[in-house]
Amino acid sequence: MTHSRFDTRLGLAVTLAVTAFLIGPVLLSVSAGLTRNYFVGLDSGLTLKWVAQVWELYADTIWRSYAVALITLGVTLAIGVPAAWVLTLYPGRLARLLEELLTLPVAVPGLATALALIVSWGSVGWLRSSVAFIVIGHVLFTLPFMVRAARAGMQGSDLRTLDEAAATLGASHRQRFFDIVVPAARSGIVTGALTVVTLSIGEFNLTWLLHTPLTKTLPVGLADSYASMRLEVASAYTLVFLLMLLPLMIGLQWFAARSTRSGGLSLGAST
Amino acid sequence: MNIATPARSMASGTTGAPRHPSTAKTPTATALAIRLTRCAKTWPDGTRALEPLDLEVQAGETLALLGPSGCGKTTLLRMICGLEQADDGSRIDFGDTDVTRVAPEARGVGVVFQGYALFPNMSVAGNVGYGLKIRGVDAATRRRRVSEMLALVELEALAERRIDQLSGGQRQRVALARAIAIEPRVLLLDEPLTALDARLRQQLRVDLAALLRRLGITCVIVTHDQEEAMMLGDRVAVMSAGRLEQLGTPETLYRQPASPFVADFLGTLCRLQGEAVRHHHGVDTLTFRPHEVRLDAPGSGLEARIEARFFLGSHVRFELRLDDGQRCTALATASAGWQPGERVGISLIPTPPAQETLPC
Repeated sequence: MTHSRFDTRLGLAVTLAVTAFLIGPVLLSVSAGLTRNYFVGLDSGLTLKWVAQVWELYADTIWRSYAVALITLGVTLAIGVPAAWVLTLYPGRLARLLEELLTLPVAVPGLATALALIVSWGSVGWLRSSVAFIVIGHVLFTLPFMVRAARAGMQGSDLRTLDEAAATLGASHRQRFFDIVVPAARSGIVTGALTVVTLSIGEFNLTWLLHTPLTKTLPVGLADSYASMRLEVASAYTLVFLLMLLPLMIGLQWFAARSTRSGGLSLGAST
Repeated sequence: MNIATPARSMASGTTGAPRHPSTAKTPTATALAIRLTRCAKTWPDGTRALEPLDLEVQAGETLALLGPSGCGKTTLLRMICGLEQADDGSRIDFGDTDVTRVAPEARGVGVVFQGYALFPNMSVAGNVGYGLKIRGVDAATRRRRVSEMLALVELEALAERRIDQLSGGQRQRVALARAIAIEPRVLLLDEPLTALDARLRQQLRVDLAALLRRLGITCVIVTHDQEEAMMLGDRVAVMSAGRLEQLGTPETLYRQPASPFVADFLGTLCRLQGEAVRHHHGVDTLTFRPHEVRLDAPGSGLEARIEARFFLGSHVRFELRLDDGQRCTALATASAGWQPGERVGISLIPTPPAQETLPC
């Protein structure tokens, strides 16, 4: 027993060390964003001036990031979940190939994907200068995560038989998909949605190449402020980023945990 | 055990009938014959699941498809409900309608799946009413119909239960209620009782037989259990390796089996041959059922040694071994006192030849 207690302590120590290593820079950055003059240090006093300045300059990027993430989520749900079901129903060689192809944008550097997008669609003026262009990039990048997660949710229960049972009761493909498949795969879909939103909000590689001065997202704005503003402003931006993102992340986690626990059982007492 | 009681009253389900006369009548009126013409199934990899086969299920009849696992009986059932597409050249008719290429959702077939396939995201009532909801039946009618169905299978009290709160026997009855709620033209049951323990299975078998008789619906039931097939089926189709071996009433199959396979699958078939058999019985091969054996003191007829004795309550089962090593089984009344090691004389209880013809 002493052995396992030692293991536990060692594990705890390592975890704490790693956490400190990860969170230290974040705390330093946040404090920098609140310091009057970072080079003088905390002695120069605390201020919200930088935060206000960030808000004034970059508030639009924050809202744009939310919008892009939500639209991306909508598109990946509409494409990814049905695709996952089709791949589950027909698990042939072709399906495997399709899934590999779908996963490609994850492996290929975001910059390459963005370049390919610009080469193929960049000449379409309205598209190149609109937020839709960024959404397309984000969908390409996040779709495989949605498909994977939804598929995982569909594999557990004997969903094919449930689908067949609904078919014999007269339900069309569409009705079966919404009445049987989606509720059964709910926890997987929620996990996928969480991943997609997180990835989209934080996405930089693709977006950096795809954006125009009028379609900056939060991470691009962050890079912009690092490059062109005082260090304090950039740090304040990090603070805003965290403040905007953390509640969303915690909320989504809570929602995911809740819906996984209830396991889709209380959904339809509908007669 | 708490399930056994309501289950029993499902058999004497006539108690429910006066209260809901509509449930007993409506399906009967729509009973249809099923005709399969040269139905075959080949898997994509080239294996033949089902050789071309002709089969007719009469309107209102219950036909049991009986055979060992892998004989193609479930494939045949899935072809009837449209979940499996038959090979080209096959034809399936429901009454006068050719349904060969009709999708399962348009066939109007009630199916009870082997594992019941109840929807975990819906309550008991939600499951039973799902087919009606799909058909656009209004909420009030749906509620009434669902409670009728639940009354029929004696589950009214559990309407709002979740599926994972039900016992195996209750799930079986929910699945049945769900299948008949849509007033199907044809009812298909895939091993409906296999998932249950032996004791419950015995009871539900009786209940199911009574319910099917009452509904008067054309029904095909797949099973590997010969007793289940004989109790539930008006006729039984014995299948083996993708072929139909024999089709007939349980009595015909038992008494006049067309092949040793059928004879052996419906009960035990004993076969003895050799010099001693020729000497005592004047035939090359002697085939008989264990209950047709009479055991006497040695000296008369074939002699054998008792290898084992099993007391089974209503009767005793003896495993016998002839001097030349051949074995057979005999069933005797519970009072038979022979013990292992003792020698006995075997003779056959004569049966009228018209009544029973066993294959050699």
